[in-house]
Amino acid sequence: MTTQLNIAKGINALKEQIDAPTAAFFSSCVHCGLCAEACLFYTETSDPRYTPINKVEPLKRVWESEFTLWGKLKKVLGLHKPVTDELLAEWEPLIYDGCTLCGRCSMVCPVGNDISTMIRKVREGMVASDHAPEGLVGASTRAVKIGSPMGVRLKALEAQIRHIEADTGLTIPIDVQGADYMALLSSMEIINFPEYIESLAKIFKQAGISWTLSSEAFEATNSGIQIGSSDIARELVQRVVDGAEKLQIKYVISPECGHAYTAIRWDGPNLIGRPYPFKVVHILELLDQLRQSGRLKTSGQYSKRLTFHDPCQIVRKGGVEAQPRHLLGLVASDFVEMADHGKMNWCCGGGGGVSANERADEIRLTAFKRKKAQLDEVNVEVMVTACANCRLVLEEGLEENNMDIPVIGLSELISDHLTEE
Amino acid sequence: MDISNANEFLIWTRGSGFNIAVSIFIIGVLIRILEIVLLGRKQDLAEPRGTEWGPGFKNILSRSLVDKGTFRRSPFVVVVGYIWHIGFFVCLLLFVPHIELLHATLGIKWPGLPNPLVDSAAAVTMFAMLALLIHRLMHPVMKFLSTYEDYLVWLLTFLPLLTGYIAYHRMINPYPAALGLHLLSVELLLVVFPFTKLMHAFTLFLARWYTGAMMGRKGIES
Repeated sequence: MTTQLNIAKGINALKEQIDAPTAAFFSSCVHCGLCAEACLFYTETSDPRYTPINKVEPLKRVWESEFTLWGKLKKVLGLHKPVTDELLAEWEPLIYDGCTLCGRCSMVCPVGNDISTMIRKVREGMVASDHAPEGLVGASTRAVKIGSPMGVRLKALEAQIRHIEADTGLTIPIDVQGADYMALLSSMEIINFPEYIESLAKIFKQAGISWTLSSEAFEATNSGIQIGSSDIARELVQRVVDGAEKLQIKYVISPECGHAYTAIRWDGPNLIGRPYPFKVVHILELLDQLRQSGRLKTSGQYSKRLTFHDPCQIVRKGGVEAQPRHLLGLVASDFVEMADHGKMNWCCGGGGGVSANERADEIRLTAFKRKKAQLDEVNVEVMVTACANCRLVLEEGLEENNMDIPVIGLSELISDHLTEE
Repeated sequence: MDISNANEFLIWTRGSGFNIAVSIFIIGVLIRILEIVLLGRKQDLAEPRGTEWGPGFKNILSRSLVDKGTFRRSPFVVVVGYIWHIGFFVCLLLFVPHIELLHATLGIKWPGLPNPLVDSAAAVTMFAMLALLIHRLMHPVMKFLSTYEDYLVWLLTFLPLLTGYIAYHRMINPYPAALGLHLLSVELLLVVFPFTKLMHAFTLFLARWYTGAMMGRKGIES
């Protein structure tokens, strides 16, 4: 009985996802199979089930039987393929473990299908029909209840801030009414990479930026986007919007976290149903603006051979591609690009909630072989990226493969080269 | 088939058969396109970084060119895919009798290619299609994705080429029977068109535009 109810909810959620682009995409697929070659879960496993367009089968069935005359006719005659609980159970690992929503498939489809957006839509149906993986359910429950997918509370942030302030003598402003910028952080930055917070403080002090953190809205990660629940995503975005409106800031800074950017920059206004009264700027955009206006003063160059790992959500799906290159030009003397880079970069393998889903650990490390192959070609000493999740996933993959390549955040690299005053 | 039966068959395929097929094709395609477009899109409330129209149209063009990575990984599908699509359109649009037919029905015309050239194009196209069919049956991904529809559409696309080739070379007698078969195969193709992936010939413009427009909004080069 519950299963029937869940299936009905799932199908309804999928129906709500169908729009003109989705219908155009399904109508256009010719089963050429080229999207498989763009997906690291296929290239590294050779398992055709991971072909991106195959992952959207549940949504396709709903579209065909509910939104086409031909499909409706087939349904009446009992010739359609219905969406069943078994189908969703079978597809769950393909949708959550074998897809990081990296969007590379959407770049190569010859008929122009945005497949990764369709996979994101399928996740809505998965959540509604109770088919989301435990790891992501846990993360999004913590995000809603505690305010962070990793369970990081304000106290933990305050403790990190005290450490940084004691170590550096800098001030990390909190709840400053009317500041220009409000910075968001990802839990991973607070716990694993607090040097990001320190870098912001150093850079903003030098540039004379008026900024603040909010004690009520410091968390940037949005587990709702990853699990595919617009309801959860909306609630998490609303917290940031409330925090920003309360402090009356002009700009919200999205941190070095991929999905946080998609959530707050592109999906947020649509989730809450209104435009923001503030602007959202990615930290790399802001740093590049400061560079252009001469407010980012650096000296010396990092001489180790390094490459940049483009976080999918920030570059391919976020449009922040030139900025990291400009910034690296400022501080790195031996920067080499991987053969596929920028909007065609390969994902670290852990985005889209995959790294929060323990069940996917094995396939994630298999998928990492793609990144390893890319790295083997460029022979670098250091990797730079701009996403705390990419960074953790890369570090684990590198360690697993006995590759001694440290990974650093781009903001941190910039802050290390600030001209001392 | 004796000559009078053959003539009757040809008259039907030229007359009623043709009219029925074209009607189903036109009405079907219109319904399918309306079904898509009328679904609409929700208004995007996120502040755009760029525009939609230009990048949408640019994507319509740029997706016709393959990206380097895809070419490196699947050169066969890419090259043979181009060959058969181009070959098919050469046969359809640049064969003088086809142009004359269009001129007679629609009143528009353009220069064609010499017959022997179109003849070779047809042969090349058929070889390319056969090669792709074998690839579809063998390649793990294509085999996995393929349904009966893919094979049916392949067959119905192949038949007009084959029957056209047969008619041109007078391989079936009497000639009206060969020509009638060619017309019938085209009519079959037109009839299934709106109900199958053949629709991509129209909807890919929508698909590419929507994706390009989304990329444009976000400031990603399409």
